[in-house]
Amino acid sequence: MKKLQILGTGCAKCMKLAANAEEAAKKVGVDYEIEKVTDINEIMKYGVMMTPALVVDGTVRSTGRVLTPAEIEVLIRE
Amino acid sequence: MSWKDEWKWLAGLAGAFLALFYLPVGIPRFDSAVLEGLHLAKSYAQEHVILCLLPAFFIAGAIGVFLSQAAVMKYLGADAKKVLAYGVASVSGTILAVCSCTILPLFAGIYRMGAGLGPAVAFLYSGPAINVLAIILTARVLGIELGIARAVGAIVFSVVIGLIMHVIYLREKGGQDGTRMMLGDEDGMRPLWQNVLYFAAMIAVLVFANWGKAQADTGIWHLVYASKWIITAVSAAGLGIMLVMWFAVPALKVVTVGAITAVFSLGFPHTPMVGFAVGVIGLSYLTSTQEGEMQEWFSGSWGFAKQIMPILFAGVLVAGFLLGRPGHEGIIPSVWVSSLVGGNSLLANFVASFAGAFMYFATLTEVPILQGLMGSGMGKGPALALLLAGPAVSLPNMLVIRSVIGTGKMVVYVSLVIVMATISGFLYGALF
Repeated sequence: MKKLQILGTGCAKCMKLAANAEEAAKKVGVDYEIEKVTDINEIMKYGVMMTPALVVDGTVRSTGRVLTPAEIEVLIRE
Repeated sequence: MSWKDEWKWLAGLAGAFLALFYLPVGIPRFDSAVLEGLHLAKSYAQEHVILCLLPAFFIAGAIGVFLSQAAVMKYLGADAKKVLAYGVASVSGTILAVCSCTILPLFAGIYRMGAGLGPAVAFLYSGPAINVLAIILTARVLGIELGIARAVGAIVFSVVIGLIMHVIYLREKGGQDGTRMMLGDEDGMRPLWQNVLYFAAMIAVLVFANWGKAQADTGIWHLVYASKWIITAVSAAGLGIMLVMWFAVPALKVVTVGAITAVFSLGFPHTPMVGFAVGVIGLSYLTSTQEGEMQEWFSGSWGFAKQIMPILFAGVLVAGFLLGRPGHEGIIPSVWVSSLVGGNSLLANFVASFAGAFMYFATLTEVPILQGLMGSGMGKGPALALLLAGPAVSLPNMLVIRSVIGTGKMVVYVSLVIVMATISGFLYGALF
């Protein structure tokens, strides 16, 4: 079970990242759960300031960028 | 059929019907206001899109991709020197805040995990006003003078407001909760001089392509104006050479694009926009078909275009409808505007900054709105006051700010913004 969290206040880039994460997880074919974290104080708890950010199983893996589905796939497979 | 699902349709159709039924077409004021909206949108499309907005999107995209945000954030961390932190916070909006939606997370981060309340507030105030797109469009549409005043005013007053906030809440240790900042990886950046040259070439293209006609027919400014397309072409060629040498774009492709652009520029010597547009399309082709950072640059720029253009054009239509082009009337009578914010009284400046503080401006729409207001008789001072207070705070972002720093500090901050914007508008109006 992979837990993917998208940190971002809800701008267009965050939606794109969420969509890419979904696509990547489907392709890998693992059990997954996607959660969008939009509350700014929650986002700060991860130490992230450059949104959107991607958190995989509780670890921040990228900040300030919209990763491509291929890049996210690599992170999920790890 | 179930009313639970269908009521939205019914409400929508009934609303559209009533709106059309009572549509005030035929009333001269309404008709001319609609035309004003269309006229203003047309003039933006003709004057500002190709030569100004398109290169500006590429510059904003390049800032996001090629300049290291992490390097800037180092100076805003918890262990940063305080003096330096204020300075960096007041100007870093240019690099960090290329889009308005990134400002609040950065603000919260600087406050919670970084240099504390003062620098965070300085960043929050100056960020929206000095992002590249805002400066470029302000200078282009409202005049270079107001563009510079906006940038300088935002930087100076951000430090003042930050320091005042710091002094008022001196005893408080700040919201730091020990979380470490996650700074993105600082990947292999190219040397500083290469970055400087690369950005200089892009900015030269933007500045010289938009160089205005000088009043006199002789002198240095006229000379620059007369040869502006040559300078623009040389800068663009320089950019092309850099793409080949430092960014590994195949020389053959760049030469081909350059040649096609040259053919179109020379073929349509009286409408330089044609050559310029071909050049922009060529650059899009070069960057979007290249793997890696070139493609990231393109998608960053394209992202800005997608995000900003629709809102901006909607904003232009609405501003034209409400306020008309300069010299024409929209739906709101000019007399109202000039009686409220005309001249340069303290009251006019206060009204402008107060209204600006609560109004929400979508990215860059403050520019056409202000153009309309100034056309209807708004003074220069109040215009600056609105530009300074407007994008920095709005009702929706006050709520987020409140959740980060609490009600008390939020109220103090908003009051300071209004007072400072009033003062700077008043000074500007008195001096110029």
